[in-house]
Amino acid sequence: MSNSHHSPHTLSAALAERFTDNRKVINDKDPVFVEKLRARAIELFRQQGLPGSHLERWRNTDITQSLDASYYHELKRNTEKINIDEIFQCKVDNFETFLVSQLNGWFAHQDHLLRELDNGVIVGSLREAFRQYPGLIKKHYGTYAPPEDHGLTALNTAFAQDGVFIYVPDSLEVKIPIQMVSLVRTSNPVLLFPRNLVVMEKNSSLTMVHCDDSIEKETSFSGSVSEFFLDEGARLDYYKLQNKDDHSAVVNSSYFHQEAGSALSTHTISLNGGILRNETRVTLNGENARADVLGLYLMDRSQHVDNYVFMDHASPNCYSNEQFKGILDDRAKAVFNGHILVRKDAQSTEAFQSNKNIQLTDEARVVTQPFLEIYADDVKCSHGATVGQLDPLAMFYLRSRGICHRNARMLMMYAFAAEMVNQISIHALKEQIDHMVVKRLKGELSICDQCVLHCKDERQVSFEIDMNKV
Amino acid sequence: MLQIKDLVVSVEGKTILQGVNLEVSPGEVHAVMGPNGSGKSTLANIIAGKEGYEVVSGSIHYQGKNLLDMDVEDRAREGIFMGFQYPVEIPGVSMNNFMRTAIDEIRKYRGEKPLSAKEFLALMNKKKKLVGLKESLAGRAVNEGFSGGEKKKNEIFQMALLEPVLAILDETDSGLDIDALKIVANGVNALKTKNTSTIVITHYQRLLDYIVPDRVHVLSDGQIIKSGNKELALELEEKGYGWLE
Repeated sequence: MSNSHHSPHTLSAALAERFTDNRKVINDKDPVFVEKLRARAIELFRQQGLPGSHLERWRNTDITQSLDASYYHELKRNTEKINIDEIFQCKVDNFETFLVSQLNGWFAHQDHLLRELDNGVIVGSLREAFRQYPGLIKKHYGTYAPPEDHGLTALNTAFAQDGVFIYVPDSLEVKIPIQMVSLVRTSNPVLLFPRNLVVMEKNSSLTMVHCDDSIEKETSFSGSVSEFFLDEGARLDYYKLQNKDDHSAVVNSSYFHQEAGSALSTHTISLNGGILRNETRVTLNGENARADVLGLYLMDRSQHVDNYVFMDHASPNCYSNEQFKGILDDRAKAVFNGHILVRKDAQSTEAFQSNKNIQLTDEARVVTQPFLEIYADDVKCSHGATVGQLDPLAMFYLRSRGICHRNARMLMMYAFAAEMVNQISIHALKEQIDHMVVKRLKGELSICDQCVLHCKDERQVSFEIDMNKV
Repeated sequence: MLQIKDLVVSVEGKTILQGVNLEVSPGEVHAVMGPNGSGKSTLANIIAGKEGYEVVSGSIHYQGKNLLDMDVEDRAREGIFMGFQYPVEIPGVSMNNFMRTAIDEIRKYRGEKPLSAKEFLALMNKKKKLVGLKESLAGRAVNEGFSGGEKKKNEIFQMALLEPVLAILDETDSGLDIDALKIVANGVNALKTKNTSTIVITHYQRLLDYIVPDRVHVLSDGQIIKSGNKELALELEEKGYGWLE
């Protein structure tokens, strides 16, 4: 791939060829079932190619341009001794996490690639888990995120060599949240296909915080796929924070498979990024499963964010709630696609969807499309989408009390965003994200050279507005 | 304090105020009365600085300064307060954050030290009592889900907090029952000093039983057609506006 423009077809062919050329390196000593899955995936990719505007769900987000660069692809783990704690630290006040980091797509804690903790939790490198727990992996890997789904998932399945694996045993409540940090640090444009797998047994519970970060301001493309299995009664709270450089393109595809009585809540907070595409696919596969899929995006300049949610009500008596809000400034663009499928036997379904946007400039763009596909007759569904400006009457009201234009705007944007932030159930995390949102709205949030949550040093900034709840 | 001279104002090409003259001195209470559509709210909005009005000619001076050159927020910081006829609901912005921000900015403008959280709380509590505001209002979003009476009380509450030099109350009495009306009037009276002035805009004489004006003006078709003392209001109540035209 060179720097001149290539057609999606040429790019797809080049990527497939890259796989063929490096098949041995990629497969290394992985188990045969992984190798077979890769072979199937690359074949599917050859047929489907990169997802593009020919597909309805990709109509408004073009990733081919981001892929059209001379990318460096780290096909082997960098054996250089890295102390991940030295290049990266993450501190949130009053918030203790179990940290697992990935560097350029590879599991970064080289001294303990895979650990089985005393409570039975297994956490570590997926690649290592391929070797140590092949039976467990085989049961789940590629099951919830089938390579047939779309070209990028196929491509990830073919290329993915590592990522994070988490296993939570039966009835265990994991007290400390697991924080997953995907770091990109390179002096060349880099291409990554991280892959994560989370398996939660019956009635277990887990909180995860997933941060997408850039350390260096270098072009990167990350096509990550994460699979989550929630067995009966399992509970997962999943927070995804995105604070990426404008040169980065990220496609995150998360596939959640939920059995009866399980509960999922996801919060996707997108604060910066060149192109962000978040795919959330949820299958409610057992009765009384519940999924809350929430998101907040604050985009400016030429940033692009695309949230795609596919909610599959495959069983009766399930509940789903999708709620996304965003503020678009400058020439930023937001896309929201919410697809709710209520299958024939999924009676007594409750499914709600809402997408609200504030468009601050005429150049900012919002494309929002609800899509409800309902085959059952006893369902309670609603959807709504709004795109608006800040209410000029409210602006006048605030200013007439002595509040300057800028702060009046801030107060209103903050209030708009706070509805999402307030739904974060971990207090310390909520405070931190609240703080970041304020900074982001004031145009003061940088791409921290540390974790997106690491704003400790910048606490000194004095605010004109006191957002503290008095 | 306030001098309005030959003020002509239009909205979307339609002339609403056709040469208004009004002079308010410190310590005075003026009532502006008149039928619907006479330009009362336009007069209030133009003083507060609402957009969408075109000043065709004339001037407004406030404490010697050209008011029409000032931004909305600067007018407020200089001591002008408008009580809205229709207070705006702002979901998500709490009354506390709203007033905290307003007071901080006004104090900063005046070169005063910001209030500590404790001082602010004490001030809120003191003023709440003054207007008989329920504890629960302050923690709620601005005017969201407030009843008509609560919204108007909330206007007076804000006025009490901001301690304006010149307050313009735009039909603050509309939609109030007699008890709420008394609370609003008591608040206004309690805040009155020899240095502050109030312009009460009202359709009915009723409010003037509780807020006694020094001067009463009748606005009709964009002009002040008659001015007098408080007895004029009673006369209007008896005879209506018809006899003046």
